[in-house]
Amino acid sequence: MNEDYFLEQDRDHEFLEGNRGLSQDQRAELGLGALVFVVVGLLVAMLAFVLHEAWPSFAHNGLGWFGGGGSVDQQVQAIFNSGEYKTAPVYTFHAWPLIWSTILITVGAVAIAFVSALFIAVFIVGFAPAGLRRILEPVVRLLASIPSVIYGLAGVLVIVPFIGNHVITQSEKASVTPVIQLSGASLLAAVLILTVMIAPIMIAVFADGLQAVPRGWLEGSLALGINEWRTFWKVAVRTARPVLVAGTVLATARALGEAIMVSMVSGGVPFAPNPIDGLIFFFEPSQPLAATIIRNTEGLSSPPMKHTLYAIAAVLLFSSAMLSIIGWAAKQPMRRYGVVS
Amino acid sequence: MSAVSATPVRRPDTSSASWRLSDRLGLGLAWLLGLLFCAIAAAIVVYFLVEGIRYLRPSLLVTNPSAASSESQTGGFLDPLLGTLIIGTMAMAIAVPVGVGIAVWLTEFGRPTGLARVAESAVEMMAGEPSVVLALFGLTLFTLPALGFLSQSTHGVVLGQSFFAAAALLSLVGLPLVVASTREGLQAIPSHVREASYAVGKTKIATTRRVLLPAARPSILTGTMLGLGRVISDTAIVLLLLGGTLTFQAANSTPLLGLLRGTGDTLTGYIYYNAPTGDGNQPSKAYAAAFVLMLLVLALNLGVDLVLSRSRKAVTWK
Repeated sequence: MNEDYFLEQDRDHEFLEGNRGLSQDQRAELGLGALVFVVVGLLVAMLAFVLHEAWPSFAHNGLGWFGGGGSVDQQVQAIFNSGEYKTAPVYTFHAWPLIWSTILITVGAVAIAFVSALFIAVFIVGFAPAGLRRILEPVVRLLASIPSVIYGLAGVLVIVPFIGNHVITQSEKASVTPVIQLSGASLLAAVLILTVMIAPIMIAVFADGLQAVPRGWLEGSLALGINEWRTFWKVAVRTARPVLVAGTVLATARALGEAIMVSMVSGGVPFAPNPIDGLIFFFEPSQPLAATIIRNTEGLSSPPMKHTLYAIAAVLLFSSAMLSIIGWAAKQPMRRYGVVS
Repeated sequence: MSAVSATPVRRPDTSSASWRLSDRLGLGLAWLLGLLFCAIAAAIVVYFLVEGIRYLRPSLLVTNPSAASSESQTGGFLDPLLGTLIIGTMAMAIAVPVGVGIAVWLTEFGRPTGLARVAESAVEMMAGEPSVVLALFGLTLFTLPALGFLSQSTHGVVLGQSFFAAAALLSLVGLPLVVASTREGLQAIPSHVREASYAVGKTKIATTRRVLLPAARPSILTGTMLGLGRVISDTAIVLLLLGGTLTFQAANSTPLLGLLRGTGDTLTGYIYYNAPTGDGNQPSKAYAAAFVLMLLVLALNLGVDLVLSRSRKAVTWK
């Protein structure tokens, strides 16, 4: 403890004595509370603002906004031109191909990532030798922090050409030429890369949850002669179910909002992949909602286009807000029985 | 993945030979996926390091990008690299004080409980917000005439793209990580430490500043590095709010303010531009920039590991 320390302590007391009705603590509490209030207010303002800007597009299309019909490209062009040439604003927009693509890519990636992340988290927490575990933990953190544009670059330079040249056959390409070009930028590429991107998020959350399961519960099961795998699967994984939901929801939100990587590898064609096409379905290009915003940012100068883009943003915002509320609610049981802080 | 239990469930000396087939298959699958995961990570890192070393020339780091058709004339990425550093510093300069403030309020004060609940879920929501949506919001926010002084305007129309705008929105991207990490650190300090400080007559805020925050410093540092990693990896906000103009386009000739009010680019924006899907389409430049960005991210990760392992070894509260 040096002299400065005592000087500072004295200053604390000066503060205390020199107050005007409020103690130093109360002022600090008010100040910090105000800061929190401002940040919360900012978020609420953002919600209100985005919804307000999105309103003209929704009001004009009604529920048809979420439906299909017509070519999205042509609609976007018409919307953009109407603003650019100052004619009567056009708002007709049917986003189904974009929504369908978002659903396919997100659900596909989340499903694959969930299964692998669960096994990997179980492996890390329960079964990996200590050395391997020390490697796996930083690896999870590293994969979670690689920028999405780097994933996109790897996708567009490695995965997409590979799918285009080696996985899709010439006859498959020829069979759909009148409708669409199969270049390799596809549902498959987007799902695969997105899986690698979101799995680390899930693994980190899952592993935390599994780690928090009291050891006594596991040992109780082991003492009954149940083998380690079954014990872990039936006791730890089951206890951690709320955390599994929370992690999945978190990763889903990330997958939904991923724009850069997906816009690079999914083909950027507002086309709705059709499951009836058989295997080709996985090779068909598409364009999800978030990527649509990135690809049309020049359109912001045209008011109707701006409202349309905000409508897309509002859908994303609403979905991710719902997801974070679900995730927060899902964690509550675990918190209640004191397993997770 | 904070706490590591001392012993895994499985004792190394037991054999799985007596297990049911399904259990053995499950364990085998876990091993397989675990190793596959390591292999994928190694493949990504090694691929980018090898390609990066192949294409990275020292001259790329000191020349500016220029629009040209041939690869030898498009220059390097000095400005995007500086842009990444500037934007990271600016965003964290906002996110760290605000994030620590929020975390302190949530753990130490937290009244009224309603506001605490709302704040908690708001921060969680912010973490899940797509950055495109944040970018779109920011673009309209900063084109408001009232905020015109933060960017440049032509004929009264505010452009809304500047380092200030991008940093402000990127700080929201880093904020949740700082809050979460700082909170974790503060919660790990047992209450008797606080009581000891109150007992010698310290006020609550003095306790926080002199005892709790210093003790939580490793957590704050971790949160800062994680947040910084997220900030420099973001592309959408950079493209929309920084302009993605490859070089710095200062708003006016004022030394620093003019630059910060002007548009620019970061490494992520540069990579996006030079990817085959972008307008530049020069993969060799993209690889080189990705290599540099990857090194930054790896360095931040190493930093986090270092701080975590050091704080694990540090004295624990008894």
